[in-house]
Formats: sequence, structure tokens, C-alpha cells
Amino acid sequence: MSANLQLNDDGSLRHLLSLDGLPARILTQILDTAAGFLSVSEQEVKKVPLLRGKAIFNLFFEPSTRTRTTFEIAAKRLSADVVNLNIGASSQSKGETLLDTVANLSAMHADMFIVRHSSAGAAHLIARNVADHIRVMNAGDGRHAHPTQGLLDMFTIRHYKGGFHNLRIAIVGDILHSRVARSQINALTTLGCPELRVVAPKTLLPHDVEGMGVHVYHRLEEGIKDVDVVMMLRLQNERMQGALLPSPQEYYKYWGLTPEKLRLAKPDAIVMHPGPMNRGVEIDSDVADGRQSVILPQVTFGIAVRMAVMSILAGN
Amino acid sequence: MKIHIKNGRLIDPKNGIDAQQDIYIAAGHIVGLGQAPADFHANRVIDAAGLVVCPGLVDLSARLREPGFEYMATLESEMRAAAAGGVTSLACPPDTDPPLDEPGLVEMLKFRAKSMPGPRVYPVGALTWKLRGERITEMAELHEAGCLAFSQADTPIVDTQVLMRAMEYAATFGFPVWLRPRDGHLVKDGVAHDGAVAARLGLPPIPVVSETIALASIILLAKTTGARVHVCRLSSAEAIDMVRRAKAEGLPISCDINVHHLHLTELDVADFNPNCHLYPPFRSQRDRDAIRAAVADGTIDAICSDHAPVDDDAKELPFQEAEPGATGVELLLPLTLRWAQEQGRPLSQAVDLITRRPAELLGIDTGQLGLGAPADLCLFDPETWWQVTRKSLHSLGKNSPFLGMEVQGQVRYTIIDGHIDFERHHNH
Amino acid sequence: MTLPKPTELIDRLAEQIRPTLTPDCALVGIHTGGVWVMEALARRLDSDLPCGSLDIAFYRDDFSRIGLHPIVKPSQIDFDTEGRRLLLIDDVLYTGRTVRAAMNQLFDYGRPATIRLAVLVDRGGRELPICPDFSGYKLEIADDQHVSLVKHDDGSLGFVRGANRI
Repeated sequence: MSANLQLNDDGSLRHLLSLDGLPARILTQILDTAAGFLSVSEQEVKKVPLLRGKAIFNLFFEPSTRTRTTFEIAAKRLSADVVNLNIGASSQSKGETLLDTVANLSAMHADMFIVRHSSAGAAHLIARNVADHIRVMNAGDGRHAHPTQGLLDMFTIRHYKGGFHNLRIAIVGDILHSRVARSQINALTTLGCPELRVVAPKTLLPHDVEGMGVHVYHRLEEGIKDVDVVMMLRLQNERMQGALLPSPQEYYKYWGLTPEKLRLAKPDAIVMHPGPMNRGVEIDSDVADGRQSVILPQVTFGIAVRMAVMSILAGN
Repeated sequence: MKIHIKNGRLIDPKNGIDAQQDIYIAAGHIVGLGQAPADFHANRVIDAAGLVVCPGLVDLSARLREPGFEYMATLESEMRAAAAGGVTSLACPPDTDPPLDEPGLVEMLKFRAKSMPGPRVYPVGALTWKLRGERITEMAELHEAGCLAFSQADTPIVDTQVLMRAMEYAATFGFPVWLRPRDGHLVKDGVAHDGAVAARLGLPPIPVVSETIALASIILLAKTTGARVHVCRLSSAEAIDMVRRAKAEGLPISCDINVHHLHLTELDVADFNPNCHLYPPFRSQRDRDAIRAAVADGTIDAICSDHAPVDDDAKELPFQEAEPGATGVELLLPLTLRWAQEQGRPLSQAVDLITRRPAELLGIDTGQLGLGAPADLCLFDPETWWQVTRKSLHSLGKNSPFLGMEVQGQVRYTIIDGHIDFERHHNH
Repeated sequence: MTLPKPTELIDRLAEQIRPTLTPDCALVGIHTGGVWVMEALARRLDSDLPCGSLDIAFYRDDFSRIGLHPIVKPSQIDFDTEGRRLLLIDDVLYTGRTVRAAMNQLFDYGRPATIRLAVLVDRGGRELPICPDFSGYKLEIADDQHVSLVKHDDGSLGFVRGANRI
């Protein structure tokens, strides 16, 4: 399945499209490498010459300044040349197909594509159709995967908890539409987290989610009890009112993470969020800015993780 | 043209024949079985040793993409593909552009089809104007123009009152109504079976209830309106059970499946292959097994290709953006044979499901090889394996989930109305 | 030719280095062998000088040929290098490419006053204009042979020699 497309014949990483099907040894290699890159940000010159002369194209078919910036910073700290393309606005509206766009950019001697797209599988499609030397990194495809976000979350958990083998972890929020949740679930099950929970109303859970190796909870109070890690998800504005949920107020009341509810988790539990946060909807400000929050370190780690993936892909 | 087909294994389910028997054709009809009629001098003798000689295939759903979608495929290319697949009669759904909602369009399509070699084409008339589900069409006029049945193709009628009236009006004349059970609200932007694979891949789901809820409406309306309903392209075990129960109650209802659903499941979309993006979606293995069993026990009346050639530009896209559908007329035979072989069913039952039974549903007199019947035949080699490739497919649509795979059973001759419309040379 | 024991060489190095030390010095070891040598030196020099370590994986010049080193350790320079006299330490000096990479990396931390180089073994075979300021031993060895420092389970250091691994 997808694993073959992501790996070289020798088992090394070729493209990063999804964490689904990646062996633990590769996930660990990425996290270890990222630890090495963390110190680069402490240098006066926050840059290493590893990818000098490489051309990295940020192909954002779905706009996201924030995510694009994190990839851009990572690439620049590796001394790569970065070109940002917001394609949603240009070629696609002129009727150029996705693969035409990719072919055109390949002709400009790209070495790596960072792809974000609103449709699941877009990065796979591109990876299947690029020249041999080009590497593809998925920066989010529809509801499918956001592998670097999943990896930076793993980095964060390992950083604060030392590993995965004794942890009880809860993912809270809109699992159904979340590529972040899927990547987190894939990574945590591969890395050996013994108890992974998802907490959401039924309208925000895919059917058969248990098949992914998680325990389902509908009430936050129950799902968060005695966990070591709480991973909150962002609730998209357009889903706050309608047939999925009645109102942001009711969501906050039942699934918003407040200091009172967080007290049900272990005293040393950490709170994570992929950002951007809806304060007062999925998370209370006192939690977001509180002592247990590791939301800002997540962002810092995100750069190192993306640097690690880029240099591993470029070197394989 | 007089043709003598000798040494073949004749399979004619309608007349209960499965034996080595010669067959004689003249003036577009079958004029002799076993023995040549008096004074028969063949212009052409076909040695069918090792081949199965059966009625030409009747496909209940094959899109020829004309008028309106010539960039995907043309009448000529798809008629040729159908002949290469052994198909001698086909019904084409009304989802052309414009839709087949006026007698003139139907006459034009029939006229164009008649002017070129290939199968007999039976346009299915639109049930509502522009397929919009608002105003019923001039069904009687369309029938006179050649429509034998009426349908909405893939677009369901949302307004249940309109659906009921369309069925009542069709029932007035006894016209069959062919309906796909699809609750549009429950399908919405869905592209994959609402199961483990869609959950994992984050593909917008299509729940089984989108099929069963619509089917329940159709069955209840069939009872009250008395319309002769044929349900198209079932995909779930639950829906099949509902049809089984309705039949047991004596409702004159029939149903078919897309031949691909005999073999593929949700797992086949796991690598985002856009060629596996079909509607209805491939469902769980349990559903697939239920389909296979229901074909065997007769709950499912016919197998069709649901042929939908799609051009590369519309297919080489992320899964959910790709145009649904698969090219199928050339795979109808081998995929049906594969079902029979895997389920241990007789060859004659496989042939029956793609010849006599669809012919009866369509109300035409082909699909059988009785004396005096139209000379529509398919001669195939049941043993030969061939690879499905962009090159080996005659259809302009190369969008097959089986691309690159080997299938068994290859059409050697297709005879339509007494003419050899397709002939494959040995080492092709 | 047999090599002396690493501890002897470290003693020799320490004696050479001791007279040159000033309070604005700092020791920087190159992963992995250089860090071991630096730790041993620091003990012998009995000084409070700041110590740091470098993993030069991100500065190697053979990345495009062989890719990223499978194990990358974080570099640790917890002191301000600006204006400092740095003593760069490695186990074996060969082509000079590692030292080149380490110097590049050091400059990304700031502008040191001086960088001097101390190596346990100088095996010749230089490909860059680099020579050590302090060297424990000068080894004559064929190009197809390799020599490297290892740390045994009991914490003691030793040399391994053999045919080239490549």
C-alpha cells in the first residue's frame, strides 16, 4: 500500500506522505535526528549548510501561511532555496491540472515538493508522478494525513515523557475531519503507546475508528481521566454550528478543556494543541497558557522535526 | 452472409443447451442447430474448437459518452470496445449532455449507432426533464422513439412526490423504471465506503444507509404505484436482503450489480487509486461476499459493466476529485467468468447472467440461440489469460481498476445480426 | 607498528596543552571520539574551563554523496564562543575534512579569538591545508587501513585498526 511508495528499496525513507505504514525505526530516526537539529536554533547563525543548492518548492494548493512558514524556516535553516507557490489562486483556476503544475515545476529543477492540498491522497498522486530524484513531503492532504505535525507531537511527548510505552493518551475533538488526529494515531500505535483514547461527540468521529486501535469516549470527563497527555484538536469555524454541533458554547461546555477538567488527568499531564487555537471553544485560556501547556515548545520542535525530515529525504 | 460455426461448445441457458453442437446462421438469424438446414452453403466456416459459443452479451448499462462527452470517448470507440467485449446489445443510460429526455435525441442516437458496426443500442429514457427530478418526461413519446425503460442514471430524484408520480406515470404504460437507490443527502461529498479504510484515509464516507433508505422508499413506492421497478447497482448486504425479502413477498422487482463489485472491496482504494473510485463505492468484504452469494442464488438478476470511460485528465486527480466510474464492457465477460470459477458455479450460469436475463429485463428477443432468433453471438476462449493494459483495451477510457492485471476468458468473435463485427486473431 | 595506549597519549597531550591555557580558553570535542578525549583531557588538566561538543553531521561535505549520518547527536556549546580561545579536539586526524566542517560550525556559534587543534593521533593523508597544533602521536599507516578510538564497556579507551571499511 502506501508504505511502498514512501520507502526506497533499501527500506530508507523516500517520501513522507503519511505515518500510516512507516516502521518504528524510521519514526525514531526522524525524532533522533530532530534532536540534533534542535541545537541549530541556539547557534548565532541559525543555519547549517546541509541542503545548500537544493531547491525546495512549497506547493500550497490550500492556503496556510502558518504551516507554510514553518516549512520555509526549516528549509532556510538547512540553507536550501525555497520557493513558495500558492497554487489555489493561480494555475488551478486557469484549468491547469495538478500533474501539469508538478511537471512544470519539475522542469525548473526542483529537488523537493512540500505539498498541501484539500484532497486526501494528493501528495500520493504527486509522489507517484515525479521524477526519480524528487522528494515529496506531505504538509496536509484533506482529512488524510499531516505527518510532520504527527511527528512533532511525538517529539514533544518523548521530550516531556521520555517515551511512549507507559503512557495513557487522549486525543480530544474533531477526529472525523482531522488529518492531524490520523497522523497522531498512526504514530502512537506504531511507537507502542499502550492506551490511546479519542474523545468526541459521535458526529465528530469516523465510523470504525476503533479499527485504528483507539478506545472511544464521548464524555471528556471520562476520556481524560488519569491520562499523561491530552492532545487537543482544532475545531474549524464552519463546523461549530450546523448539523455536526449545535453551538460553540455547547461544545465548550462539554468538550472544552478547562482547568477543572484537566485536574482529572494525571497531575503532571501535558496539554498539546496543533494550533491555531480557538480559545474558549476547545480550550480555555487558563489551560492554554498554564503550567501544563507545551503548545509553544511544540512549535519550536516543529522546525527541528521538519529539518530532520527534509535532510533525511534529501540524503536518501 | 451464411456462417457455419462448428466444433464449439454451445451454451444457451434459455434453451437449456450446454453441449458441443454446430450452429448455422443466415440472413441475420439462427437457421440451424446441430444440423445444417437444407441447401445451406456457408460463406464462412468458423472452427470454434476449444471455444464457447453463447448468445451475445447484453449489457444493461454502458455509457457511450455521446452526445456531449466526446472528449471522454466516442460512440464509435465504445461500440468497438463493446463488440470486442462480446457485447451485442447494450442499454445506455440517459446521462448524456443533453440528457436523453426528448424523442429527437433518442432517435438521433439510435440512428448514429445503427450507422456503424457494433452492438444494438437501446437508449434508456430520462425519467425527468434534464434529469432534474422536477418534471416528468414525455415517456410515451420517448417509448415510441425507442426507449424501453426509463431512469435517472446516477442522479436521484430528491423530491419523493415527484418520484412517486414518475413511477405512477410509467406504470400507466407498463414501462419499466430503472432506479439507483441513492439518498443524495447521505452521500453528499462522499467518495468511499463508510468503513475502516475511509476512516483511515480520511476519505469522505458514503454510508450504507444512503443506499438502504433510498431502496426502502423505492420498494414502498413500487408497491403503491404498481410500477415495474428494476433496481440498479446494489452494493451492500443490507440492500440485497431488502430486495430478497421484497421478492419473497411477490413484488415484481429485479436488480443488478456492477461486475466490479463481485471482486473488489474498500481495501482496493487503500492506495488512493482513482480507478477504484466508483459509485456506488466498493464496500466491505462482507458486502462483497453477500453480492457473490446473491448472484449465485438468483436474488441478483443480472450483471452489467456500468461502463464509464473517463479521460485521463478527469481521472489523474486526487481520489476524491477524480470522476467516478470504470471502463467495463471489455471486462464484463472475464470478470463474470472469474466469479463463476471462484464460487464453483457452472459456466452456463455465468453466461445466463450476462445474456438471457438482462435481455429479458430489457424486453428484447436476443440473449438466446433458439431457432429463428436474431444471430447475436459471442465466441470466447474460456482458458486464455490476457493482460488488461492501456493498449489491450479498445475503449478510449483506460480507467480500469484491473489495469495491469491478468484476466481469464477472451472474446474471439462477436457476431451481431449475422455479421462478424469483431474477430480477434490468435496471437493478439 | 603498535600504537601506544590512548591514556599515555592523552597524558602527553595534556602536558603539551597545559602551558598554553588561559582563563578565556574553552574545550570543544568532536563527536564521538573527540568528546571522549576532551573529557579525559579536562580531567587531567583539572581546569574549570567550559567544555562543549560538536556533531558535524550537518556540516559534512559528503552529504550529497552518502546522505545524512544515521545517528546525529545534538551539538552542545553552552558558553559564548565570541572572542574565546577555542581548543578543538578530535581523536584521529586524517583528511582534515572533519576539522573543516567543525570550524565552519564553530563560526556559526560566533567569532572566536583563536581556534587551535589537538588530536590524539595524526595519521597523515591530509586533503586540506590543516595541521594540528598539538598531537599525541604521529602514525605512519597505509591509505587502505583505518584506525579509530573506541570506548570499552568498562569506560576505558582503546584503538582499533584494520582494513578500510569502505
